[in-house]
Amino acid sequence: MITLTVNGKAYRLEVDAATPLLYVLRGELGLNGAKFGCGLGQCGACTVVVDGEAIYSCLTPVVALEGRPITTVEGLGSETAPGPLQRAFIDEQAAQCGYCIAGMIMRAHALLARNPAASEAEIRAQMEPNLCRCGTHMRILRAIRRGAAAMRTAQSSPGNVPGGEVSEARR
Amino acid sequence: MPLLRVVLVLLLLLALGIGGAWLWSRQPEIAGIEPPPFSSFAADLVARGARLAAVGDCDTCHTVPGGPHYAGGRQIPTPFGTVYSTNITPDRDTGIGGWSEAAFARAVREGVSRRGRYLYPAFPYDHYAKLADDDVHALYAFVMTRSPVIQRTPRTRLAFPLNQRWLVALWNLLYLDRTPFRSDPGRSAEENRGAYLVEGLGHCGDCHTPRNLLGAEKSGEALAGGMAEGWHSPALDAASPAPVPWNADHLFAYLHQGWDTEHGAAAGPMQPVVEDLAQADPGDVRAIAAYIAALQGPPSAERQRRAEALLAQSARREPTAPAHPADDLGAAIFAGACASCHFGGPAMVPPRGIDLALSSAIAAPDPSDAVYVILDGIRPPEGRPGPWMPGFAGAFTDAQLGALLRYLRGQYDGQPAWPDLDSRIRDVRRSRERS
Repeated sequence: MITLTVNGKAYRLEVDAATPLLYVLRGELGLNGAKFGCGLGQCGACTVVVDGEAIYSCLTPVVALEGRPITTVEGLGSETAPGPLQRAFIDEQAAQCGYCIAGMIMRAHALLARNPAASEAEIRAQMEPNLCRCGTHMRILRAIRRGAAAMRTAQSSPGNVPGGEVSEARR
Repeated sequence: MPLLRVVLVLLLLLALGIGGAWLWSRQPEIAGIEPPPFSSFAADLVARGARLAAVGDCDTCHTVPGGPHYAGGRQIPTPFGTVYSTNITPDRDTGIGGWSEAAFARAVREGVSRRGRYLYPAFPYDHYAKLADDDVHALYAFVMTRSPVIQRTPRTRLAFPLNQRWLVALWNLLYLDRTPFRSDPGRSAEENRGAYLVEGLGHCGDCHTPRNLLGAEKSGEALAGGMAEGWHSPALDAASPAPVPWNADHLFAYLHQGWDTEHGAAAGPMQPVVEDLAQADPGDVRAIAAYIAALQGPPSAERQRRAEALLAQSARREPTAPAHPADDLGAAIFAGACASCHFGGPAMVPPRGIDLALSSAIAAPDPSDAVYVILDGIRPPEGRPGPWMPGFAGAFTDAQLGALLRYLRGQYDGQPAWPDLDSRIRDVRRSRERS
């Protein structure tokens, strides 16, 4: 029996300790945002945030995640009330096929949650592991910059954030 | 007052001694020249210099990552403080454009700048002292035909007394061996060429030889294993920790393409070395491989048997997740995070990882390299193909990493546990956060 805390909610699960988090998110919890891309940590489609850091959920066994807060793209907002970064991806129409986008949003979120004033170089360095085979990287970067601006605004006037940010403790 | 007199005399002698040493250390300035036109260097000489500079790995230290090549300014961390590499492009004012070949040769082989200033031995002139005249000549042609870059080198500021550069003259007295390279008649021509490159231009001992308190390579322990930027540089002599003994062919594959089927991929500070060696004369890389293999000598019958058993076992592994008892955290992490690349299936060809039973990082006496690789992964240089591994810095806590490494060490190597594993994990984590 393993207890995982996903998007602020605790789940008790009967799964093998070595099961990658991604399989549990999609197969057990119905959180289908994170995608299976390569299964080797090469594409980033499965990226989620743990303890404030972007990780590959396809390569992280659940046994490593007990007691550590997990945030998936579903934790940033909902269809009716998207979070500022999700809103920015919609506004910039950053998705083409959309397969990589949840991973892109989560990797960007890990950076912006600790530094919404991240520089262009920091954003590019952070996003380097995630691939988009449609080639929408320029729109994705625009969306991240737009999301960062929205998060900065939200920070300076609290209570204005649609969807709300899930706060994460940094180690 | 006899005591006072004795003290005064002693102080006077000390002052005379220091003054004398200082005078003795003085080096003349070598007159500056007008930067020679590119056309004054023959194209084939420049090309030969380029292949030699690749063996010397010059651009790694003399280039800030992402910055203009050979323009210097890179911080070189040393136990004595940070030393900045210099601009070796032929810009007259901020580079070495005004250096004659004689000034260049003196800097390379003796560690003295054109103006007569002592260079810190972070620059491996203690190795380059072995360089033959015609190789210095080709290297000079190469650097003097790079694009001149105007970039002033930040001043290196070490604490007193290390900021007294003339004291390096005393270090040189102790540790700079000025005797030229001598061939060993007991070795083949190829091995001698390899020895010349390993001891000289390749400066392998800079990382792979342990150092003493004054930062000099310990004599008598050449290539017995050292440190580089926090990484453990494995022994290249008979003490090599490789589970499958190296031979010249496998060393050549590793040095020339950056990875080898029986030993894995270059990582950390070795990565820029193999990137450069890919540009070197393949014959020279073969010579280096031949010499290192000869240095290690043929493995003992027992070691050879063990290696063959390991290779056979590795080839037999089924590509399924290995067993992992419920109470073994390390085994479960391996099964969930590592096995998809590192267990079973075909032999290592990127992107497949090495079977960890064959990994020198797991067999090494120091766990640092395994820790660095798991935390940061391995990435080829931007825009180039090569071995690749994702980093797990965010995925695992220190305790989980410790459990994984204890499992790997016990499972795959059968050597005693690393006694300092937990503190090494903390050290490596800290050193990454600083950089």
